[in-house]
Amino acid sequence: MVDPATAFLQGGVPAGSAPEHSLRHAPGPYFGSYGGRWMPESLIAALDELEETFEKAKLDPDFLAEIADLNTNYSGRPSLLTEAKRFSEHAGGARIFLKREDLNHTGSHKINNVLGQALLAKRMGKTRIIAETGAGQHGVASATAAALLGLECVVYMGAEDCRRQALNVARMQLLGATVVPVTNGSQTLKDAINDALRDWVANVENTHYMLGTVSGAHPFPAMVRFFHEVIGQEARGQILDQVGRLPDAVCACIGGGSNAIGLFHGFLDDASVKMYGFEAGGDGVDTGRHAATITLGRPGVLHGARSYLMQDEDGQTIESHSISAGLDYPGVGPEHSYLHDIGRVTYEPITDTEAMDAFKLLCRTEGIIPAIESSHALAGALKVGHRLVADAEKPEDVVIIVNLSGRGDKDVETAADWFGMLDEDGHVKGTTLSTRNAKGHAHAAGAGSAGVDSADSNTKDSSHE
Amino acid sequence: MSESTKVGAAPAVFESKSAAAIDKAKAAGRKALIAYLPAGFPNKQASIDAAIAVARNGADIIEIGIPYSDPVMDGAVIQAATVEALANGFHVTDVFDIVAAITAETDAAVMVMTYWNPVMRLGVDEFARRLAEAGGAGLITPDLIPDEAAEWFAASDKYGLDRVFLVAPSSTPERVDMTVRATRGFVYAVSVMGVTGARSSVSSAAESVVAAAHAAGAERACVGLGVSQAKHVREIAAYADGVIVGTALVAALRDGGVEAVGALAKELSSGFDAPADAEATL
Repeated sequence: MVDPATAFLQGGVPAGSAPEHSLRHAPGPYFGSYGGRWMPESLIAALDELEETFEKAKLDPDFLAEIADLNTNYSGRPSLLTEAKRFSEHAGGARIFLKREDLNHTGSHKINNVLGQALLAKRMGKTRIIAETGAGQHGVASATAAALLGLECVVYMGAEDCRRQALNVARMQLLGATVVPVTNGSQTLKDAINDALRDWVANVENTHYMLGTVSGAHPFPAMVRFFHEVIGQEARGQILDQVGRLPDAVCACIGGGSNAIGLFHGFLDDASVKMYGFEAGGDGVDTGRHAATITLGRPGVLHGARSYLMQDEDGQTIESHSISAGLDYPGVGPEHSYLHDIGRVTYEPITDTEAMDAFKLLCRTEGIIPAIESSHALAGALKVGHRLVADAEKPEDVVIIVNLSGRGDKDVETAADWFGMLDEDGHVKGTTLSTRNAKGHAHAAGAGSAGVDSADSNTKDSSHE
Repeated sequence: MSESTKVGAAPAVFESKSAAAIDKAKAAGRKALIAYLPAGFPNKQASIDAAIAVARNGADIIEIGIPYSDPVMDGAVIQAATVEALANGFHVTDVFDIVAAITAETDAAVMVMTYWNPVMRLGVDEFARRLAEAGGAGLITPDLIPDEAAEWFAASDKYGLDRVFLVAPSSTPERVDMTVRATRGFVYAVSVMGVTGARSSVSSAAESVVAAAHAAGAERACVGLGVSQAKHVREIAAYADGVIVGTALVAALRDGGVEAVGALAKELSSGFDAPADAEATL
């Protein structure tokens, strides 16, 4: 018998064929020794209420129909699966397919989760949602869902991120959200989560905390994953349609790990499908400036879950570093820690430079500007492609799916800076704007002529950081 | 998750130091004053001096907080103090020296308040062993609920340490019951849904939380969060077994040093004996 959740997800697995020890749909609160609830007692009642509401909703055909309707008629699902033929030439000839979460409304996979949680908030009678955000993507998605469903929305964002991502702050405000700059601690994503939790403790009566990834206390990891499982389910059906068989590998980037867990869950029980999660290697894992939590962290508790964690010898959280704000988090979802320990998923770091090379390659070969987060998965797929092709009879026998979790519009300024396309005032070189604003300022040689065309020679420009 | 919880029937072959301190205050016709100060703020020696001054001015239990990078239950004043302590080079194992120094100089029971990850990192058993060796009474754990505390139950039993869990206004009767059974020493009754910080009045929820804890069998329930004035102390003393003050003391230490924090402790403890119409507002 197919339960409604499975029916909703329309998985490719025929009923009854799942292995006895399925890794899919793990309900929590524990994933091996990870997960749980390392939380103040004050919030346990709210977590219990959320868990109960979620468990009921996922078996309720009305709720599932509501989600399905929003996915189809608001987000634009199913997202495409696009074969990246010219990009594939750089992966040893392996066939690379892109799961196009970048085409969703608001530009990333984040919308899947916020719509689900906003519906749950309404079911619980909450009138206010709060969220944390790093670069602003989850904040924008949360503000979107709140506007759509008529909820008050407050987004906590590090003060430094507010400055760097002023446009996303404006987007949230346009959507009716209040953005609170966080000046506590290191003023980063983890501190935004801390402040959101402090707000939640004080306002839990009418407020739902819309956590943006598969981390946090139970039921968040299992619940956020549930809303993203649609990614893997669609991808599975699409690759079977287009290629006639399962892929050899699936690849995704890992910050907290929500887009990855959504894709992986479509294939976890297919032993032939290799799985790769690519963490942010920042300046390099030997530099201390990275966000390679599983690669170099050790188990601990942060923000409610036991999981791998970047921490010092005292158990203090270490600051992470990545060119990608969405991956710049010193923790990771507990289910990933489990999948790492049992060897089902391979986690590897990708440096800023490798990610930005892949970013540009996708722009130039496929006409798609990817999010820098997703570029980590693209860079990883290039490596995996070469490895798998080496063991294959013909390169084109190797099929890889990459989760293109978001579009790169938000990253244009970062990318332009990385590739040396900006002048000292932050304007694009060679434009009228640049010339006009450059008045009275000394300029580096070549300013005004170096535009996009010079980017090829500047891919490893280290001036970024 | 409560089905999986194993709450050991604690073999009380040792004396709970924090319970003894509360009972001693009761025997003297008052309630216990529990004073929170962060370890290493503004530096290691000054935090020791401040704790000794507070103990000599009426505090029955000293609660030494371990500065932590992600203190989700703390408001702005304590956050700022712990950030400063970390910036000044505080290391987690310094807390054992601090506890030992305070217990050597005073009769107060010394509890350590800590978020859980620093304990896990050192090792729960190792942490408990060193705390017991330093003369510490036990731990107050704001982000560890009994549901996740199996390792801590074992270590606290092994080394004879108190384990203080929190009960909140939002706690269901089932959770209050479970938490009271898991607790040794006293139950920490959270007065308000929120984080640490001085408030002008203490929430009326506090009295209900204490009543729920007592009804569940707690012999000692102490109220914390938002308590900053002698009049709050007096109010709470009417129904609870102890009063926990943090932010106000930290602010006094920050602004006026060891002398000021000692004076405030004296002022606060006057709340136990001052007549009800003497408004000792600070």
